Amino acid sequence: MKLAGVIVLSGLLMADALSAEIPTAERRSGYSFMTPDTKAMQDDDTTNPGMLWVLDGEKLWARKAGTADKACADCHQDARTSMKGVAARYPAFDKTLGRPVDLEQRINLCRVNHQQAAPLAYESRDLLALTAFVAQQSRGAAIDGGSDPQLAPFIARGRELFMQRQGQLNLGCTNCHDDNWDKRLAGSAITQAHPTGYPLYRLEWQSLGSLQRRLRACITGIRAQAYDFGSPELVELELYLMSRARGMPLEAPAIRP
Amino acid sequence: MPSALINVPTKAKRGDIIEIKTLMSHIMETGFRHTATGEVIPRDIITSFACRYNGEEVFRVDLFPAIAANPFITFFTTATASGKFEFEWIGDNGFSETASASISVE
Repeated sequence: MKLAGVIVLSGLLMADALSAEIPTAERRSGYSFMTPDTKAMQDDDTTNPGMLWVLDGEKLWARKAGTADKACADCHQDARTSMKGVAARYPAFDKTLGRPVDLEQRINLCRVNHQQAAPLAYESRDLLALTAFVAQQSRGAAIDGGSDPQLAPFIARGRELFMQRQGQLNLGCTNCHDDNWDKRLAGSAITQAHPTGYPLYRLEWQSLGSLQRRLRACITGIRAQAYDFGSPELVELELYLMSRARGMPLEAPAIRP
Repeated sequence: MPSALINVPTKAKRGDIIEIKTLMSHIMETGFRHTATGEVIPRDIITSFACRYNGEEVFRVDLFPAIAANPFITFFTTATASGKFEFEWIGDNGFSETASASISVE
């Protein structure tokens, strides 16, 4: 009797802890919130401006760089086979650093260690182009973020950050993206914050942008101090979002309003 | 060289009305914005786009500030003969790009 009580109680506690999260069956990509026009723009590779970056990235993939005078293709060969499904697994654990790195950081680590070239700046055309080209090879692949057991503590920290109220508006990510995703904010759909299409082309940005750019914009929106590009906090948040979207298909490069 | 995306049907019947879609990579800086220190960011836009079909101009457009980055221009024309579409974008700071696509008309 006592034991049954404990089980019921722990069940209740668990239900309470998970109550804010979106059930797997109800998860929706940001794509499903868009107008038919914007969806059509994403669906056709000749109208999707994100493909301009993919084309640039394809050229960069084959271009030699750095003192090692090597191109990405010299080690990784044809990205269509070697990079298939890779973006769906990022951020991934880096053994040397002992922490997760996202796709942009992985590309820059490769540049510094193997090409012996200067790292590309965050949100620079070249880094976005390479990331878009690599991510496009995983189009349609199921997101598999955070399945590596070594990542568990980092996902937990990312989740904490997602739940944490902060900034002058005293809001956490969860207050909009778990609790109010079916509502609108100043006319725009709030959405569930699944990073299914990054790097993606935002019509508002008139450019491709990374997930970190999006996160920083959201953090500024709740009037908190945004973390710097490449900071561990942002990578942990990216990691939590990818683990939260596990199983959803990747759409990169996507379009969003 | 900036990337461009062109969508022209590869085949068409004579007399068919076909849709042509073009997307050119360009920042389209309006010239109305300022930097944090107050200096004007100079205008840098595409000013004209033209399409020739077997040498004959079938479409032309002038572009101005307030057109979004990476201009997407789509238009219709009648498929008259097999051959080549040539596209040309001209803009500020000596910007000049071309692209082409073939069509076979039966």
